[in-house]
Amino acid sequence: MSVDSPRAEFFGGVRAELPLLLGVVPFGLIFGVLGLAVGMPGWAVVLSSSLVFGGSSQVVFAQLWGAGTPPPVMVATVGVVNLRHLLYSAAVAEYLRGLPWRWKLLLAYLLTDEAFAAAIGRLRDGPATAHRHWFLCGTGFTLWAGWQLSTLGGVLLGAAIPENWSLDFSIALTFIALLVLSVHRRSDAWAAIAAAAVVLPALALPHKLGLLVAAGVGIAVGLLMARFDGKKP
Amino acid sequence: MSTTALLLTMAACGLVTFLIRLSFIAFGHHLPDDPRISAVLRYVPPAILGALIAPEIFMIGGSLNAAPDNPRLWAALVALLVARLTRSVLATIAAGMAALWVLQGWLG
Repeated sequence: MSVDSPRAEFFGGVRAELPLLLGVVPFGLIFGVLGLAVGMPGWAVVLSSSLVFGGSSQVVFAQLWGAGTPPPVMVATVGVVNLRHLLYSAAVAEYLRGLPWRWKLLLAYLLTDEAFAAAIGRLRDGPATAHRHWFLCGTGFTLWAGWQLSTLGGVLLGAAIPENWSLDFSIALTFIALLVLSVHRRSDAWAAIAAAAVVLPALALPHKLGLLVAAGVGIAVGLLMARFDGKKP
Repeated sequence: MSTTALLLTMAACGLVTFLIRLSFIAFGHHLPDDPRISAVLRYVPPAILGALIAPEIFMIGGSLNAAPDNPRLWAALVALLVARLTRSVLATIAAGMAALWVLQGWLG
């Protein structure tokens, strides 16, 4: 087996992704439990993991659905929560240029936070071989499989986890960890603080528009505060 | 919401998410390369995460609790500190949950 074979690249991706599953599996379990808790049918909770396939946005979807939000607002909010994937799409695009359409569609479907994080180093800094897209396929598929299984596990375990363990709090904790990783400049932190401050009163807005309004205010504050950041590194 | 409406809404959410991920991979050469767009995009992750976190900490059972006897507030601060020190998702979850359990026992 040559180092550049599709198989070697694919399993290289699998190996790069496995450590990240340590954080993903508990999140999937909790999402399964949470989906049932807000009243979603079990099949819908499991189906959302393959249809939407984006952890934070699925949690938001479940919360909004439980609160009886109008569908257009749900779709818009999920879109905003997943808008950061534009950045990933832009970052991997140059390495996937020239691939057939079926590859582009498959890799776009598999492009999540964790699959991107584990693959971008290989794509950017590794050798520019003909089979390197298999590496992203390996990280993406591993995450996909782990996410489906852990969601299913959460739905099956759902009733068995005692409520007084407060496991739902681990969703906030996952978001806190992701937030710290996404803050690189002072203005990033201001965007987060402003959105957090606005969202609490904004939750009272009709049609559950609060999350969208808060995100918009956070982005605006970040842009305003950008002038106080130090020079670009 | 009916089963059909739930399915359709979920499918629409999936389609929007897929198109966002496909955007530059498939249509990169047609998309505008405007620095103002990337400037807006870079604030999406911190803003949306801030807006997702605050209700999880302060809204308990549908009502606001920002008082110092809210154990989630202190557990979140512990998690924030651990996240900054370790930059590890798993360590953040472990420290935050441990802090919450200790505080819930203590604050009653």
